[in-house]
Amino acid sequence: MEKQNERDTCCERPRMEDCLSKKIEITVSEAEKRTGRNAMNMQETYTAYLIETRAVESQNEGQCSPVDSLWRRYSEFELLRNYLLVIYPHIVVPPLPEKRADFVWHKLSADNMDPDFVERRRIGLENFLLRVASHPVLCQDNIFYSFLTQEGGWKEMVNETGFQLKADSRLKALNATFRVKNPDKRFTELKHYSDELQSVISHLLRVRARVADRLYGVYKVHGNYGRVFSEWSAIEKEMGDGLQSAGHHMDVYAASIDDILEEEEHYADQLKEYLFYAEALRAVCRKHELMQYDLEMAAQDLTSKKQQCEELATGTVRTFSLKGMTSKLFGQETPEQREAKIKVLEEQIQEGEEQLKSKNLEGRDFVKSAWADIERFKEQKNHDLKEALISYAVMQISMCKKGIQVWTNAKECFSKM
Amino acid sequence: MPTSPSSMINQYKFEDESELRDLFITVDDPESHITAIETFITYRVVTKTSRSEFDSSEYEVRRRYQDFLWLKSKLEEAHPTLIIPPLPEKFIMKGMVERFSEEFIETRRKALHKFLNRIADHPTLTFNEDFKIFLTAQAWELSSHKKQGPGLLSRMGQTVRAVASSVRGGVKNRPEMFTEVNDYMETFSQKINVLDKIAHRIYKEEREYFNEMKEYGPIHTLWSASEEDIADSLKGVASCIDKCCKATEKRMAGLSENLLPIIHEYVLYSEILMGVLKRRDQIQGELDSKVDALANKKAEKDLITEEIGKLEDKVECANNALKADWDRWKQNMQYDMRSAFTNVAENNLRYYEECLATWESFLTSQTAALHVEEDSEDRP
Repeated sequence: MEKQNERDTCCERPRMEDCLSKKIEITVSEAEKRTGRNAMNMQETYTAYLIETRAVESQNEGQCSPVDSLWRRYSEFELLRNYLLVIYPHIVVPPLPEKRADFVWHKLSADNMDPDFVERRRIGLENFLLRVASHPVLCQDNIFYSFLTQEGGWKEMVNETGFQLKADSRLKALNATFRVKNPDKRFTELKHYSDELQSVISHLLRVRARVADRLYGVYKVHGNYGRVFSEWSAIEKEMGDGLQSAGHHMDVYAASIDDILEEEEHYADQLKEYLFYAEALRAVCRKHELMQYDLEMAAQDLTSKKQQCEELATGTVRTFSLKGMTSKLFGQETPEQREAKIKVLEEQIQEGEEQLKSKNLEGRDFVKSAWADIERFKEQKNHDLKEALISYAVMQISMCKKGIQVWTNAKECFSKM
Repeated sequence: MPTSPSSMINQYKFEDESELRDLFITVDDPESHITAIETFITYRVVTKTSRSEFDSSEYEVRRRYQDFLWLKSKLEEAHPTLIIPPLPEKFIMKGMVERFSEEFIETRRKALHKFLNRIADHPTLTFNEDFKIFLTAQAWELSSHKKQGPGLLSRMGQTVRAVASSVRGGVKNRPEMFTEVNDYMETFSQKINVLDKIAHRIYKEEREYFNEMKEYGPIHTLWSASEEDIADSLKGVASCIDKCCKATEKRMAGLSENLLPIIHEYVLYSEILMGVLKRRDQIQGELDSKVDALANKKAEKDLITEEIGKLEDKVECANNALKADWDRWKQNMQYDMRSAFTNVAENNLRYYEECLATWESFLTSQTAALHVEEDSEDRP
């Protein structure tokens, strides 16, 4: 029964207007440090995030609708995502912001408790919820809705779904990847693409962090001018004013880099989201490989059973089998025994054929719905990344304009020296 | 006999000096010479002049660093209280620059060029006889002329006497003005050294930034190879970053060609000025010790009085020379600093303007493309 429902969900095409994001406003508005006791009864510090929801419709009517809110910690977000991954394997599930600060440059602390890191994570978590809420399929999930609205007992609710049991073992997945014979070519290509995407974005983020570090250095060193110019101006008569005011502009220049780089961090976070999305893409490909492998194994098993049946019925041994050898060595079986065996096999074959049919159907449904979501994802990705690149250009333009202003002022001061 | 510096200062302002120039010197073409004993570099010194004291209007000679050192010491000897321009250092202790690396030779060549031109622009030094010989004599002529001057021993003797007299006096009766100059120079020296460090640090940071930027652009190009829709945007960003990278290289070069050498020159100048002040004090000291001697010795009064008279003239000359040259130096320093820092500002402006233009044109192309897409979607 459950399987039926899942298939219905993944085959029907929900409309964007049904998306949760249109009905309720979701924000992760605050972050708070908490202390508590963990599973091993040891004291731990963690951050809790406040999720606020408010109905959109009543806002349109001019009423100020009430805000519902509850607190969640990162591990609960993780639990939600793991649930979604298992229940919707054909969907490219939006990623969470990083667990630990990565691609840091020297100014950013790698500490999870660092306020800048917590702030950026808050934004990332809000982004995650918005992505899920605007996904045509995922937004309809009850567990997701409860995550947003039901503070108590949510964890138990998730665990009761028993989703962990449905999860595919890593080993099984790995095995399938190596042994699958005829995966859909598009998924193979997608897997390569996601590998390339992950590799190139990692590289980009690493170099960007280094560039940011160096840029910081260039700007900050100019700050040293301010003090020397000021001290020097004290012994100069004509040059004093020019030096002093130029020094002030150098201080302004040095200070301006902080805001510039903070803005760039948001850009880096946008790229990071797609770095993590690459993993989600791979997860869908892995599921396909697993299903395909399963299908291939089932087909192989059916074929060998049919063969066995034929051999027993006709008495010919086409292929070598240990059973055949042992029966040769230890004597043939009785006709009754053979009949019984044939009957069992025939039953198994019938079962196997039905299973193969449904597996085939499942496989095709999966490919169809997965590919639909992948197309949706591709469009989203192209749109988002293009916008991100444009916003990067806008940031660079703003930085250049600031630089022009400061150095124009400085030049004027120097010319008065 | 050149007119006294103090009267000249009214006639010649720095800006006018270049217009009245009749002596043009260039230092270029470094060449390596290898002998059994040593390896050294010579530089070509080309002089063009319209002065009548020069037999010809054009000279080309080759000189090595030693020869420049000789010239400097001769000028210091002849004019102990004039501010002789600095020579580049013999060798650089810090940094990984090798003695004969291209960078080192080029930096030295530019400094030597500056050195000779500063002398040429100096109202007194430009007419110095040794300077003329330096510019015009062939190698063997210069060698034989060098040997003629007072020997090493006599020069050492002078120095010993000078040190001895300075220990006793010179500072006590120093005119107020020169104490002010001394105080100024102490602070200036401190500040210019700090500026030297800052300027070098900025250069280093800019170079490291440039090195990282070189890698940054190509990654975007690499990425574009895996994409379809966004490939153009990625390639656009790559091209912008590469252009900014080149612009930052120009900015760096500007710093190393302009600000760094000037600041370094003034670091050396501050040492020179302290030396000049000391020498003035020594001359004063000679006078003071003679005056003391007069007070003590009753005999030889006339002789000592005559000597004092000569020394008083000497001190007056030295003070006047220094005062005039100090005023001139201050004006030059102001001009040099103003133009060096203005140049830095202009370099940075140019850099930011180039980068701005690059990114703006990218942005225009992207938003134009977006409009085209939107239009094509609207059409049925």
